[in-house]
Amino acid sequence: MSDLLRTPLFDLHRELGAKLVAFAGYEMPVQYREGIVAEHRWCREHAALFDVSHMGQIAIRGKDAAIALERLVPAEIAGVAEGRARYTVMTAENGGILDDLILSNAGDHLFLVVNAACKRGDLVHLRAHLEPGCEVVELADRALIALQGPEAERALSRLAPGCTRLRFMQTAEMPLRGVRCRVSRLGYTGEDGFEISVPSAEATGLARALLDNPEVRPAGLGARDSLRLEAGLCLYGHDIDRSTTPVEAGLAWTIGKRRRERGGFPGAPIILRQLVEGPPRKLVGIRPEGRAPAREGTEIVQGGVVVGRITSGGFGPTVGGPLAMGYVPTALANPGTPLGLRIRGRDEPARVTALPFVPHRYHR
Amino acid sequence: MPVFYTRDHEWIRVENGLGTVGVSEHAQEQLGDVVYVELPEVGRVVKAHEQVAVVESVKAASEVYSPVSGKVVAVNTALADNPALVNDDAEGAAWFYRIEIGDPSELSSLMTPEAYADYLATLG
Repeated sequence: MSDLLRTPLFDLHRELGAKLVAFAGYEMPVQYREGIVAEHRWCREHAALFDVSHMGQIAIRGKDAAIALERLVPAEIAGVAEGRARYTVMTAENGGILDDLILSNAGDHLFLVVNAACKRGDLVHLRAHLEPGCEVVELADRALIALQGPEAERALSRLAPGCTRLRFMQTAEMPLRGVRCRVSRLGYTGEDGFEISVPSAEATGLARALLDNPEVRPAGLGARDSLRLEAGLCLYGHDIDRSTTPVEAGLAWTIGKRRRERGGFPGAPIILRQLVEGPPRKLVGIRPEGRAPAREGTEIVQGGVVVGRITSGGFGPTVGGPLAMGYVPTALANPGTPLGLRIRGRDEPARVTALPFVPHRYHR
Repeated sequence: MPVFYTRDHEWIRVENGLGTVGVSEHAQEQLGDVVYVELPEVGRVVKAHEQVAVVESVKAASEVYSPVSGKVVAVNTALADNPALVNDDAEGAAWFYRIEIGDPSELSSLMTPEAYADYLATLG
């Protein structure tokens, strides 16, 4: 795995007994000694620390950066107040999704966190459309640590008392162990929690300080995936990509009111038409009735006909059984609709289920 | 009772012409938390190296191949309700199926526990 990149926490992962895998060009921990199920449960009940430093951190500076960025996303960026964060997507001319991201108004700049596998392309795309009016800078010297779970606030507040003032989707700079960090109250597990952008050189010290709390244990990408799937959150490259529109993916809520009226983002004609007429297919939650997990790529059938495919599927430790998401024709998208999942040649019974599988517990 | 292993990390314990088959402790460690086991039907006749079962962890599905040819005479129904037994006791209580060994000479192509330990060492 010599050509893989490593995050600033790599040595700590090894010390903690991580099982390392290749992910988006990085050598990342898929799990630690406790295993995925135990790490998943710890996050739901206490607080889990995830290294998400492989994700891209980008600063956009410029007087009209928010207005400029609206040319690339369907969200209302100009209306995002300082200290607020918003989930949005960058769209393509065909209405597909180039990436999903979290955007924060950091006062003198916009702060973006994008997917690891997309960050090179995102930088090219952003620069092509925003320069020279704005400056697009990759914050390559920063690590990103996610602290997620109902006890995340208690643990983090020992280092940063100011974190208790933040509510869900709020962000602020604050010192942690004397180092200026950006602390944002959000995440991708469905739990309350924080993401902390920290200078790379200070990342291991901060992670150790957080892990010193009795509430906090490390968790890998395996638990991150089962947590976000239970929370019904889309994973780029699986549930959403260039071939899926935000409307099909259930992300119409990210499209601002003014943007619905005026458009002005890539793919707007297709996306706005789908908003009015309804999309031809929808991403839905699906629960197999048996115990066999339906993995990504599994065919969804009805009446012996293939009507879609599973885009994310596995086992939900909190749900206590298999669960999945996939695209089905809109006529089959209502919760309770019976479907078949073609697993190893047999059509196993399943049902469309409302998302999320596990209720979100954000600190609103 | 002699025990043999395959390169795909199944084990077979042999007694009176009957083999008991499961996945190895090493396989269990590699799989992580097991959440589902699909077992063959009793009475099914299988060939050596034929896929007979599936074991799924949180991470992924893995196929289980029969170490020998023969007829499946029993399956471990306890695994249906408690797949995690594979993590707790892979080479004991978490056996997958019992097989009437059709051709005992096939056992000679399998690894002894010592040879399997050496094989695991080569996997790093």
